[in-house]
Amino acid sequence: MASETKEPGAIRIKHVSKIYDPQGVHVEAMRDCSFDIAAGEMAIIVGPSGCGKTTLLNAIAGFDDITAGEIFLDGELISSPTYQIKPNVDRMVVFQNGALFPWKTVIENIAYGPMVQGRLTKAAARDKAREMLEWVCLNGMEEKYPEELSSGVQRRVEILRALINEPRVVMLDEPFRGLDAVSKTVMHEFLMQLFCNRNRTMFFITHDLDEAIFLGHKVVIMTTRPAQVKKIVPIDLPWPREHRIMNSKRYLELKGEILEAVHEEAKKAFQAGERELA
Amino acid sequence: MKTPRGKLLKKVFSARTLRGLSSIVLFVVLWQLVVYLKVPYLQNLPYPEDVASHGLAAAVSTGYWIDWGLSLSRIFIGFIAAQLLGIPLGLAIGISRVFRGFTFPVFEILRPIPPIAWIPLAILFWPTRELSIYFLVFIGAFFIIVINVIQGVSNISVNLKWAAFSLGAKPNDIFWRILLPGSLPSIITGMTVGMGVTWNVLIAAEMIAAQGGLGRTTWEAYTNHNIPYIVVGMVSIGIAGYLCSTLLRWLGEKAMPWKRKF
Amino acid sequence: MSTSRKTGLLNPQIMRALIGIGVFLALWYLLTAVLQLPRFKLLPNPLSVIAEWISFEPVSGRSIFTKAFYLDMGFSIARTLIAFSLATFLGVLLGLIMGWNRIFYDFSFPIVEILRPMPPLSWIPLAVLILPGVELAVVYVTFIAAFFATVLNTLLGVFSIDKNYFLAASCLGSKPKHIFINIVVPGALPFIFTGLQIAMGVSWMSLVAGEIISGQQGLGYAIYEGYSLFQFDQVVCYMFTLGILGYISSAGIRALGRRLMAWESRRRGA
Repeated sequence: MASETKEPGAIRIKHVSKIYDPQGVHVEAMRDCSFDIAAGEMAIIVGPSGCGKTTLLNAIAGFDDITAGEIFLDGELISSPTYQIKPNVDRMVVFQNGALFPWKTVIENIAYGPMVQGRLTKAAARDKAREMLEWVCLNGMEEKYPEELSSGVQRRVEILRALINEPRVVMLDEPFRGLDAVSKTVMHEFLMQLFCNRNRTMFFITHDLDEAIFLGHKVVIMTTRPAQVKKIVPIDLPWPREHRIMNSKRYLELKGEILEAVHEEAKKAFQAGERELA
Repeated sequence: MKTPRGKLLKKVFSARTLRGLSSIVLFVVLWQLVVYLKVPYLQNLPYPEDVASHGLAAAVSTGYWIDWGLSLSRIFIGFIAAQLLGIPLGLAIGISRVFRGFTFPVFEILRPIPPIAWIPLAILFWPTRELSIYFLVFIGAFFIIVINVIQGVSNISVNLKWAAFSLGAKPNDIFWRILLPGSLPSIITGMTVGMGVTWNVLIAAEMIAAQGGLGRTTWEAYTNHNIPYIVVGMVSIGIAGYLCSTLLRWLGEKAMPWKRKF
Repeated sequence: MSTSRKTGLLNPQIMRALIGIGVFLALWYLLTAVLQLPRFKLLPNPLSVIAEWISFEPVSGRSIFTKAFYLDMGFSIARTLIAFSLATFLGVLLGLIMGWNRIFYDFSFPIVEILRPMPPLSWIPLAVLILPGVELAVVYVTFIAAFFATVLNTLLGVFSIDKNYFLAASCLGSKPKHIFINIVVPGALPFIFTGLQIAMGVSWMSLVAGEIISGQQGLGYAIYEGYSLFQFDQVVCYMFTLGILGYISSAGIRALGRRLMAWESRRRGA
């Protein structure tokens, strides 16, 4: 039974590898990845596209298995080659292309989780959903269908749908991809506000280095496929952050450091891509 | 609980084929059993082996293959005529709003009439039975292809048209390079759906009015109370229809290399 | 209000539609009644068709003022309704379960694929022989036609659902029954309605054939009887009657679909 899990969880990833082998096509997506995410930490994962970041997310969420290594959540094994935990409310995913149910209104979407878990009655779940919408100034959107909303609002609603379940970990897979620069800054502040108010462990995948440094406690840089941990950069900027911080000297230093590491990998990925096409 | 993925996939794959095969075997066994146990009504079904032996006998007789030829030629003549008339008409209605205004209402009045309801008028109007069957097959495919072409044209993104214009295309080019290929997927869909309806119409038309053809021999088997042969006829019609649809799918893939994914 | 109605009537769309229909009727009349071209003179002309349709004492005994007309209609509607409802119920159910459960799919799909290519009407002889009574045979043929179209489209509908909705639902703590009700059913709904639309068309067609070949009453039977009694006006009346019924039934399905799928019509920019 899904119990109320108020405390954020700590993730430990130990020597995780993943090899896809559908009908003999051998693809090594991840090789010997190890890093920790502390409880309540905002960890940002960056790396070239298609490098296997989502593979790691799928393993933690319980969507897919791994071929070597172990993953722990609060010391409890959740994934290994012989064990795969089922997806559940303590590990919530916000999907890359958005997965709000288009046939449910905004409020039905948000209230869905607590309702099907049997944690809240329909009325209570709707009340709580309304409260959350008000809290992020999205009231008035309750009875709209997702496809009537701008993609920025859709993303915010989806994040609320995840948070209403009080998960131990929230995993976001490039949630703000495709948004324009202006909406992105709004989304960053939105996430910052959520994060400060309800401290959750976050596993955040992105391509956007500014987003990574602005939001993260630490940035985990992955290599091109097979994904390995190239570098972990702690972001020692003070919390809570405002956009002004992007002009600070420390910010630019960090950006330079990360940019260099990422650029090296991007070049390798590009060359590998050229080879694959040739 | 989980075996390594490669092994698992192989296992799932073979399990799937196995399930498919066993379900077919089960189906035949059940059929046999139902007849053997004289289940009410279903006991009138022929035994599977009777059907098989009748089917084999048919396959070596020339009359059976003449029926195939007759039915297929009827389908092709009516179907191709429907495409030749229907595709240009659909394009015209889709492109020109004025033309659409004049013709579409008439089209919409005639379209809901079930093709088979045309049988009496078709027999009356056309001098030979054969011609009236071509006409019925034509009706079966015509309305569907027109509707699909119209939808295809209206689904083409306006951006494509503007992009082509800004690249210096003339209206002529727009037609041949944007509108025609752009509506091709809908044309193929229309053809596939139309092919299904067409076989249905052909069978009814042959049963009612034709000489020879798969539908007719099935009907004659009925009047002679030759039940195994009825099933042989049904299966043959099924195979013939399936072959026609497969041919269309293949043509569709040839014509639309950019859609080859599925 | 009155100006809008005026522009409504003078609307070029409507004018063109009226002209188009007028030209069609005039051409029909010209070919069959005035010029009496070789084959065309066998066909009834529009005026005699309408005269027959609204006559108090129709030659065929079937006009909008006779009981026979409504009896024929009643039989056809009842048959279609029974067959179609049954096909919808069973077809949607089977399609949903097939799409949802891999093992069930593996077992049932080959059989569906073997039976599906047989045109519904090729079932007529067998149905008449096997089933008790011609009535059941006609309903069965109508049913089979709608059934496979519904199953296949429902199945496609389930397969069309974005995999992420299933993952999201499982993250949110759904049990299988929640996923079935909240994801599978609404996700497949657009395809189901496309399927029902097609099924309705095929149903009417198969019904007519079934009635012609084996029925005793109904519009299809009456059309063929009219033909053999040389009452061609009535044949054309009934063709249009079938057309109208077919149109009404598919419009009904469309309207129901729009009601059930509010999210589709309220899409942004749509």
